[in-house]
Amino acid sequence: MTKTELLQIYRKLLVVRMAEERISAEYHLDEMKTPMHLGIGAEAISVGVVHCLPKNTKVFGTYRNHALYLALSDDLDGFFGELFGKNSGHARGRAGSMHLSHPDHGLILTSAVVGTTIPVAVGTAMANNYQNKKETVAVFFGDGATEEGVFWESINFACLKKLNILFICEDNDLAIHAFKKDRQSYESLERALCAFPCHFAKGNGRRVDEVIKTTKVVLEKMKETPGPGFLHLDYFRIVQHVGPGFDFDVGYRQKPTDPLEYDPLPIFEKHLSENRISNTELSQIRRELDKKISMAVENARKAPFAPADDLYLDVMMEV
Amino acid sequence: MTKMMSYRNALVTAVTSEMEADPNVFVFGLDVPDHKRIFGSTAGLVEKFGSKRCFGTPLSEEAMTGIALGAAMSGLKPIHVHIRSDFMLLATNQIINMVSNVRYLSGGRLSVPLVIRAIIGRGWGQGAQHSKSLHSLFAHIPGLKVVMPSTPQDAYSLLRAAIQDPNPVIFLEQRWLYDIEGPVDLNLNEKLGHAAVKKEGKDVTIISTSWMTVEALKVAEVLNKKQGIDAEIIDARSIAPLDEKTIYKSVRKTGRAVVLDYDWVYCGFASEIAASISEHCFDVLKKPVLRFGFEHVPCPTTRPLENLFFPAAPKVIRAIENMFRKAPSDFKDEYFFSYDNKFKGPF
Repeated sequence: MTKTELLQIYRKLLVVRMAEERISAEYHLDEMKTPMHLGIGAEAISVGVVHCLPKNTKVFGTYRNHALYLALSDDLDGFFGELFGKNSGHARGRAGSMHLSHPDHGLILTSAVVGTTIPVAVGTAMANNYQNKKETVAVFFGDGATEEGVFWESINFACLKKLNILFICEDNDLAIHAFKKDRQSYESLERALCAFPCHFAKGNGRRVDEVIKTTKVVLEKMKETPGPGFLHLDYFRIVQHVGPGFDFDVGYRQKPTDPLEYDPLPIFEKHLSENRISNTELSQIRRELDKKISMAVENARKAPFAPADDLYLDVMMEV
Repeated sequence: MTKMMSYRNALVTAVTSEMEADPNVFVFGLDVPDHKRIFGSTAGLVEKFGSKRCFGTPLSEEAMTGIALGAAMSGLKPIHVHIRSDFMLLATNQIINMVSNVRYLSGGRLSVPLVIRAIIGRGWGQGAQHSKSLHSLFAHIPGLKVVMPSTPQDAYSLLRAAIQDPNPVIFLEQRWLYDIEGPVDLNLNEKLGHAAVKKEGKDVTIISTSWMTVEALKVAEVLNKKQGIDAEIIDARSIAPLDEKTIYKSVRKTGRAVVLDYDWVYCGFASEIAASISEHCFDVLKKPVLRFGFEHVPCPTTRPLENLFFPAAPKVIRAIENMFRKAPSDFKDEYFFSYDNKFKGPF
């Protein structure tokens, strides 16, 4: 990768991390009244995969969607506007954190009921097929979603119709507070999926460079032999399921000793320093982003709420 | 152009004409292209439009509904067919959590032009899992339209309107209605959301849904003949949105209202209508609003109990006679509908 590309990726990772750290720091002010499922520790997956997606890819995600939103759109005003419940949010405050979307930038839909966007993404891929469009669809979901019936129904149909869709499983081993070993009887997702004709790859979701490499390989295979791709990427959930606290604070899980084992930011910073990118350059980016985020938060704070007349707006389209 | 046709042929004719008009319309669901063609209601589609636009699916109701949503959001116009409404319950997660609120949660950026057709079974032991209508359940959810046509004309016009509508529509077809013959004006364009006055009258307003419109007409006929009571019949047709104006206008004229619904009464459409009439027409009501619907048990299979389960004209006539303090009329020479004695029309 070129230096520009490396810095571009770093900027993405950092904007997500810093935006979420800001949310954590200001959460107690009780202005952002929306359940926040922070993705601290998971940034490399969204940023890495999005980096590889072809132009005009339609993307679907979950309630843990901040990284996806910012990797795709860079629209900090829309982001904080929605979290503050203001009219400046993309959905004018109706969506909040759990339903963020930005169709203009490819983030079509995210959802708070586990597994629900998976078939919708498959339907989007089917529509591309129907309309003879070559565009790709990507859908992100957690390891918990793979236990839902609709996940298997969707994989089956996507493989049956050889659809151009990339499934991305962001595996943090946890469904709220339940570990995989207590939820899954099968040996591994890879083994469970092996009878389905899709291009499967596993990778370390804490290393953005590895995410990018793995994603590119799968997208290439999807071009060679049409059919779905499947990325199984693991990461360490640094914060708790919802809200800004840490699971290890309550003694529920052990914190790994070395951040280089689990935290995508220092891991990538090490990679950058190995590629002779100086700390000064990185600090410069950090200062810039800090300013942008502060401005977006202030803009959101000042923005008006939706007027009362808006309550019934957009339930249905007028005929 | 007006033609005589059955309800099932009216459905096929409507879908065919919409598929001809718009290449984005497609039909899919379990059994849609098989040799039985959903009681004939998808006949000829696969031959005419090919398997790209008319196809069967895996037994995956939830995923297929999500897939329909994805397709609808991408500019296509899917028609998803369920051979029984009961099977639609497997898809309620997508319908209620996703389909109904995508537009709202996207701040109006996305729209969902989706039609879900489902058939309400009845008779010959359809039983607890093949006979639900579920319109009250879906009408309860903001963001969904719910339609129940009762005539060949409505099957044709309202299905076309549903396909043209940019919002999600649940379209419920009662199985016995399939055999009804009636005139269909192929040029009649309607929009969803309007009730139909099936018969004008001055003494009592009967608000009916789906098959109960057939029963209501029978009720009116007997009451008129035997008691001189002149009932006005309003077929709700659109459960959501509701044409309240037409209903209130009629009740303001008659001062009496009876709701004949094809669903359970408790927390159902009949209760909703009764409550709304009480709120808006209390000053003119001469009697409390009466409600009829399914008995509050799962639908039994055995015929004698099944006959008790479904609301039917004789019971309604007795209640209205009572409302007018009339002695019960003689039913000896009356012809009432049953599985063995189905109504074939025309209306």
